[in-house]
Amino acid sequence: MKKYICMILAVVMIAATLAACGSNETKKVATDGSTSMEKMIGALGEAFMENTGATFTYNPTGSGTGIKAVKDGTCDIGLSSRYLKDSEKAEGLKETVVAIDGIAVIVNPSNTVANLTLEQIAGIYKGEITNWKDVGGNDSDIVLIGREENSGTRDGFESITDTEDACKYRQELTSNGAVLTAVAENANAIGYISLSSVKDTVKAISVNGVVPSEATIKDGSYPVQRPFVLVTKEGVALSKTAQEFFDFVTSDKANEIISAAGVVPAN
Amino acid sequence: MVKSMKKNKQFERAVHGLFLILGLVTVASVLVITVYLVISGIPAILEIGLWDFLFGDTWDPASSDPKFGILPFILSSIYGTAGALVLGVPIGFLTAVFLSKKASPKVKEIMSGAVSLLAGIPSVVYGLVGMMVLVPGIRDLFGLPDGASLMAAIVVLAIMILPSIIKVSITALDAVPKEYEDASLALGATPTETWFRVSVPAAKSGIATAVVLGVGRAIGEAMAVMMVSGNVANMPSLFQSVRFLTTAVSSGMGYADGLYREALFSIALVLFLFIMMINAVLNFFLKGEKHE
Repeated sequence: MKKYICMILAVVMIAATLAACGSNETKKVATDGSTSMEKMIGALGEAFMENTGATFTYNPTGSGTGIKAVKDGTCDIGLSSRYLKDSEKAEGLKETVVAIDGIAVIVNPSNTVANLTLEQIAGIYKGEITNWKDVGGNDSDIVLIGREENSGTRDGFESITDTEDACKYRQELTSNGAVLTAVAENANAIGYISLSSVKDTVKAISVNGVVPSEATIKDGSYPVQRPFVLVTKEGVALSKTAQEFFDFVTSDKANEIISAAGVVPAN
Repeated sequence: MVKSMKKNKQFERAVHGLFLILGLVTVASVLVITVYLVISGIPAILEIGLWDFLFGDTWDPASSDPKFGILPFILSSIYGTAGALVLGVPIGFLTAVFLSKKASPKVKEIMSGAVSLLAGIPSVVYGLVGMMVLVPGIRDLFGLPDGASLMAAIVVLAIMILPSIIKVSITALDAVPKEYEDASLALGATPTETWFRVSVPAAKSGIATAVVLGVGRAIGEAMAVMMVSGNVANMPSLFQSVRFLTTAVSSGMGYADGLYREALFSIALVLFLFIMMINAVLNFFLKGEKHE
């Protein structure tokens, strides 16, 4: 679905460029990178195009590819859903955190477990812990609910808990809402969803003793979170339009759009 | 007179032309879909290898060492459809016999209305009710940790195919000449014997068509199945979470890219060929019967 929106955007942009025949040529900003940031950056890009008439492109390739694209100069701004490594910073790249993606670990409200450590969560999802009594709950099997392959939330959850390709899911659902419903329906279920999607039909548990909230995500104490980062070159000026976009995204004006995309604005 | 005939002829020709064009819309759609599916489905199969693709038992497209085996989907689709037929055909068929032969006109009217209503319910509603009622029900009934399973999908599909089976079977049974049944009754057969020995055999090609329609609906259903089956690419087992061919395509399409995306088109192609094959085989049998 999102891909289609991107495709449509791309087509519209190409059409706009052709129609403008050069007059708009310099008003362009190209981004490249994290697929998890698709929803947020898409909304920001749309708003930016509406406000300025510039063209905005987004190439959903993945954080690694996006960082490389900035380095090679094939895009204006790279998008990464992880912090830059020291080696990447040493190569002259600069990171600017625009938003933080918090992932809530949810259980049924009737579940007596209220806190898990990150290790326990990893153990549960890898199938090493299969009964709630092993983590302080009732004697019943744990039902693992997750997201489908390639979902940004799944990618985020698995990379934070270090369970990539090792999760033994009972159900792989295709939206935050579906996970929410499944966990609300099953007393033994555990699932993960974007923090903004949590409703009171489920219980968001604290991780390492920290309750998930906008505040604990912002101050970094809630561990199941990851940053949405803009990657630029240190000391190299952006094009005028790219700078405008950068300023817009990091300004207060963007916060509402960022929140609407389900993540916590960093500024 | 001659002139008006000429005019008429021209008008007729224009109308024929228009009808031909409208008729071609269908043909063109089928052609476009077929060609598109083949063109976009073949490359991934070539890259993965036909054998590994069709008979690989691991589907793990997003990992660092991606695997594209769709045997779990193929088997789940076959088992799911077969299971739906096992549950749905006896219920639908016997309902049709009852409504056509035994029910009073009033009962028939009310029940037929209910059947039509069942046919009109959107599949997402089947899925939703299945998710809220059936899945917890199966969990409690069988004492499972979770009810989202092949079993849940089979029950939902069985209910979904009932309307087409019942309606087409009724039409076929109603069309059996009354003389056949009267003759049978006059020879001393009981009504029940008459229905099953005379009416049903006379209507069997219509009933077979009903089953074909049921198969078509069951194997092509995605939404309702996705909501109750758990959607994990396991090898099928009755109380395990499974993923069908249809749901593999629809759950992956949102985010997939590269070879993963191409492989989804290949799955769609396999599904398409499956449905073609089933229709061809059953048509063959139906035609054979008619000629006898």
